[in-house]
Amino acid sequence: MSSVGTVTPDVHHTSHEEDTGLWSWITTVDHKRIAIMYFVTATVFFFVGGFEALLIRIQLMNPEQNLISPELYNQLFTMHGTTMIFLVAMPMAVAFFNYVVPLQIGARDVAFPRLNALSYWIFLFGGIYLNASFFVGAAPNASWVGYATLTLPEFSPGRNVDFWFIGLSILGVASIVGGVNFITTIINMRAPGMKMMRMPLFTWMTLVTSFLLITAIPVIGVALVFLGFDRLFGTVFFNPAGGGDPVLWQHLFWIFGHPEVYILILPAFGVISDVIPAFSKKPLFGYPIVVYAGILIGFIGWGVWSHHMFTVGLGPIADSFFVAATMIIAIPTGVKIFNWIATMWGGSLQFTTAMLFCVGLVAVFTVGGLSGIMHASAPVNLQQHDSYFVVAHFHYVIVGGAMMGLWAGLYYWFPKVCGRYLDETLGKWHFWTTMIGFNLTFFPMHFSGLFGMPRRIFTYSADLNVDIYNQLSTVGAFIFGLSAIIMTWNLIRSWRSGEPAPANPWGAPHLEWSIPSPPHHYNFPGIPEVRSREPLWDPKERADIEAVTMAEPEREPIMPNPSWVPICLAAAITLAWALVMTGVWWIIILGMLPVLFFTFLWAFEPAFPEGH
Amino acid sequence: MSSNATPAANSHAADHGHGDDAHHPTAAFYVWIGVILAVVTGVEVAIFYIEALDAIEAPLLVILSSAKVVLVVMFFMHLKMEPRVITWVFIAGAVLATFMVTALVILYHVLPRFAV
Amino acid sequence: MAHAAAAVAADDHGQTNTGISNWKLGFWAFIASECLFFGTLISVYMVYKGAAITGPYPNEIFDVLKTTVSTTILLFSSLAMVLALDQVIKANKKKAILWLAAVILMGAAFLVMEYTSYLKYISYGLTLGSSTFGSSYYVLTGTHKLHVVIGMIWMATLIWLIARDRIPPHKSETVEIAGLYWHFVDIIWIVIFTLVYLIQ
Repeated sequence: MSSVGTVTPDVHHTSHEEDTGLWSWITTVDHKRIAIMYFVTATVFFFVGGFEALLIRIQLMNPEQNLISPELYNQLFTMHGTTMIFLVAMPMAVAFFNYVVPLQIGARDVAFPRLNALSYWIFLFGGIYLNASFFVGAAPNASWVGYATLTLPEFSPGRNVDFWFIGLSILGVASIVGGVNFITTIINMRAPGMKMMRMPLFTWMTLVTSFLLITAIPVIGVALVFLGFDRLFGTVFFNPAGGGDPVLWQHLFWIFGHPEVYILILPAFGVISDVIPAFSKKPLFGYPIVVYAGILIGFIGWGVWSHHMFTVGLGPIADSFFVAATMIIAIPTGVKIFNWIATMWGGSLQFTTAMLFCVGLVAVFTVGGLSGIMHASAPVNLQQHDSYFVVAHFHYVIVGGAMMGLWAGLYYWFPKVCGRYLDETLGKWHFWTTMIGFNLTFFPMHFSGLFGMPRRIFTYSADLNVDIYNQLSTVGAFIFGLSAIIMTWNLIRSWRSGEPAPANPWGAPHLEWSIPSPPHHYNFPGIPEVRSREPLWDPKERADIEAVTMAEPEREPIMPNPSWVPICLAAAITLAWALVMTGVWWIIILGMLPVLFFTFLWAFEPAFPEGH
Repeated sequence: MSSNATPAANSHAADHGHGDDAHHPTAAFYVWIGVILAVVTGVEVAIFYIEALDAIEAPLLVILSSAKVVLVVMFFMHLKMEPRVITWVFIAGAVLATFMVTALVILYHVLPRFAV
Repeated sequence: MAHAAAAVAADDHGQTNTGISNWKLGFWAFIASECLFFGTLISVYMVYKGAAITGPYPNEIFDVLKTTVSTTILLFSSLAMVLALDQVIKANKKKAILWLAAVILMGAAFLVMEYTSYLKYISYGLTLGSSTFGSSYYVLTGTHKLHVVIGMIWMATLIWLIARDRIPPHKSETVEIAGLYWHFVDIIWIVIFTLVYLIQ
């Protein structure tokens, strides 16, 4: 029953691999296809968020401009932040989790293929829902942190904030489902011999990130529920008029928000911990230390949230605690940076585009880390709070850290995905326009910030004398925008007619490189046995593994059924949440019925072909 | 759901990962746990009403209800009989949640007393 | 040969590294997530404990004895749940259904008692918007009740499945996982009972 090797009467002649129609994508539960859909969707949203950023930069190019109204400006920066974090950085990382993790651990799919599809569709619908707000002229406008009391009905009477809290709640469901899925996959579905301490670092960081997802997202989920009740049902959680405390929102938001920062950055750390050794032809320096540092970052990340709130006035004891905790978390992060450098030290380095992005990350992220240490100190923080200095800081860590790591992963794993290299010449153009555009945009913001330019305000006074910094930033932003176009052009061109790539184009050590590029839809004809951390770097072990992974199976492994229920359930969940906006009890309860209906369909639909 | 759940019973015995083949406890054992839980609940309510214990009421009640939680998790939810990794998964959530409640209580109810 | 054997080992509807089924491990991860979900709700109740600026206040309206009864009912529903699982493992269809029915009944009794309490509190003037106490109390306990309702629907589905012989002993994990959910909901109430009702 559970075995591929034992007698199975019906040989599956039909391969899903050949199915490429639209319906096969809608009903797919294949982690590789879901990964591609995640990536494409996140890239589209990357352009949406980037376009918003360019509009912001045009408005800020000169002081006291009025190209964009203050109201539209509020919507633009709110949606830029919300989009880039929840619809770009997170799902882009999830695209890599999806594609790479099952291949790295030697599994045929994730633990719950249908739930995986559900996550994707919820993400897609949630993203569309959030952006649909533009078309009714009510895009969220209270910034991505949505502080009370600004978000309460008295101050935000429109539907803008409703779109925001409902949209984020929908996306949260996708994240929790995804987190549960990857925890189960990584703990439960490793190939024989793939002990925890033999797992590639990317898989490790996916595991830590998944734990952060399932623990941090519920906190913002409940905070959003409170906000929704305050807005729609007259509760007083954050309403001072009824005795509520607006600062409580800040606590809840940042209890989620700080682990969220590590949700964004740890996948990138995982990527470059795999890429740097591959292009240094050396095992990762201090593997266990890098693993433990990652776990430690995830854990301490829970104890630093109030460093976002030093200006609230929590008192000297609380402030001191959070200053200390914040400075401590720099230690494991610094440890990782030293490990990457030590890995490169004395290696035979190959500066492919993927490697360039890794080195770029180490450099740029360190700058962001240093400015982070600066405002970790409460007194310094008071000077920098809500200024462009902070904007510079978090773009250095999120773009310079998270996104550059993911782009490294893109160039590294693309040959596996479609059997073709991404073009290296265009890749270098992508890298250098990114480096120049990015630094030109954000480095001057350190100065405009320290000179007193506040964030989230649609213009600034000429008396501040920050014109030149803003002009540099705007020019940089357009160069950075160009880099995104180069990347997309490279993706499209290489996808169609790139140079063909072999199974292991980089001579990398992990299991995903032991199978053909692109992989079979069942990934592994047979599941290999792993004996070390770098299985493909040991000639004997490599031969043993490839004897299994490159073989033609006598019979195709049984794969899960495609299903149209995930997309329906995702639509039902989105609809149910959207109906919350009415604020009418019976409509909300009616809205839950389709969710119940499709949940039952789901439960009674066989996940695998009959007889298995 | 059903087809995924199937192999669990078999794989338990076959697997190498964990040592214990602990059989499920008997029904009588469960009833005992239920009785203990009810008794502890009774003790808690008694503590609530006994004024002499007011000074140590809160810590006492927290300890007793934690004991109840542990009993339910270990025996009703079989955590004691499961491989250790499940405990770690659960602990990760439970510890962080406890940490959050404690931290917020300290921030809102303890630190203000030290305010200058 | 080795090839076939290896293929079995990590086949995704076959054995797992840990010997735990994916569903059970995944469900425990979900429970870990729920810990934070209720942790946040409880945190906010605790933050606002004693901070309500208008009445009624907890000590004026809570009926501890009545809540003790409903708490005990919920505790015993957990006991009924493990006994139901026990009977499913022993392939005793009728008794399994009876115990599951008992779970649903006790859940219903709990809901009815809590509902009458709600009505009483409302008559005292405690509403969603009357104070931070009202807001945090109703949203915390209301969310818990929503979980109880979902659990009852789940148990009813199980009864239907057992009656149609769809849950033989080797599939008892289907019931076990529903049990994990129900016990977790019980645990949350244990915590709420202490923190909300007893420590005033």
